[in-house]
Amino acid sequence: MMLYGFCVLVLFQLIGEAASTLLHLPLPGPVLGMLLLAVWSVWHRGVDPRLAQVAQGMLGYLGLLFVPAGVGLMTLGPVLRDQGLAMLPVLVLSLVITMAATALTMRAMLNRRRRKLRAKVMSRREGKSDAV
Amino acid sequence: MQFDAAFASLKTAPLLWLLVTGLAYLLAEKLYRRSGHQPLLHPVLVAIALIIVVLLAARIPYPDYFSGARFFHLLLGPATVALAVPLYDNLQRVRSLLVPLAVSLLVGGVTGIVSALLLGRLFGLSWPVQVSFAPKSVTTPIAMALADKLGGLAPLTANLVIITGILGAIIVVPLMRWLKVTGEIEQGLALGVAAHGVGTARGFQLSTTTGAFSGLAMGLNGVLTSIVLPIILAFWPH
Repeated sequence: MMLYGFCVLVLFQLIGEAASTLLHLPLPGPVLGMLLLAVWSVWHRGVDPRLAQVAQGMLGYLGLLFVPAGVGLMTLGPVLRDQGLAMLPVLVLSLVITMAATALTMRAMLNRRRRKLRAKVMSRREGKSDAV
Repeated sequence: MQFDAAFASLKTAPLLWLLVTGLAYLLAEKLYRRSGHQPLLHPVLVAIALIIVVLLAARIPYPDYFSGARFFHLLLGPATVALAVPLYDNLQRVRSLLVPLAVSLLVGGVTGIVSALLLGRLFGLSWPVQVSFAPKSVTTPIAMALADKLGGLAPLTANLVIITGILGAIIVVPLMRWLKVTGEIEQGLALGVAAHGVGTARGFQLSTTTGAFSGLAMGLNGVLTSIVLPIILAFWPH
């Protein structure tokens, strides 16, 4: 039961990696595999429960899977020594700008939509009163 | 002497470092729970720090450690593919807001990349470090794969992404108050686009709607960034 879902994930990763190499796409194989699986699920209007269970299990421990690569930070001593201090403002400012840009754009879009809906309702009401 | 010899052979045994990684993560998770989910004690960062301390103290070179911990690292690929499942579940939820979502996502996602590259240059970061910063707002497996493929430093990206998520979770409420953005949808989107999984966990603490939109935005921003980032980098002067 677990094995089926796992095999589906690995299969999609392999397809993604093959496509990425053969078509010279800049997309990483696993990311392409994720996109293909998402498209596949939309196409089939659902996710196989055996797959969903394994996916949920793996994503529950996703954090653990970054640890081996993250420990590689210890090999970046010179980079951190020279540029570590400059990294902090880049990180914080970019984060604040990104959050603000996203939130303000969404607010503007939602407000525009509300105004449009209100205008539509108003014009419909006027249309009715004209008829009466 | 015998103990030394036994330890010396253990040091290169791959299973030891697999076990150390698993135990460090369990310990970090326990600490995180005990602290009442204090964001600064994020289990991934704590586990990484613990292991680095152990390796430095025991004078173990990173490649020796990695040859053991590689098993967990290998699972990162299938786990990245597994992100399709929550993405699909979230997609079903929000057909009605398609246009506002697409526009905000595009603006936010591109802002995340471009602001990192511009600020990186302004503060004098080298090109590989700038590339490592560019995907810092997307979920770690996607960001690492992108950094790896596009000439960044994947270990740096892994750490930057998690720190970005933690800071995002901390500043979201004061920042939104300052901007006078009160809507749950807007806040959720900002969390997901800028602060990925850690932000989404914070979103669910604020409200179910905030969390749901954050999860959706995280998934879509991962897709958007993986398509747009290679294109931006191809045209970016460096």
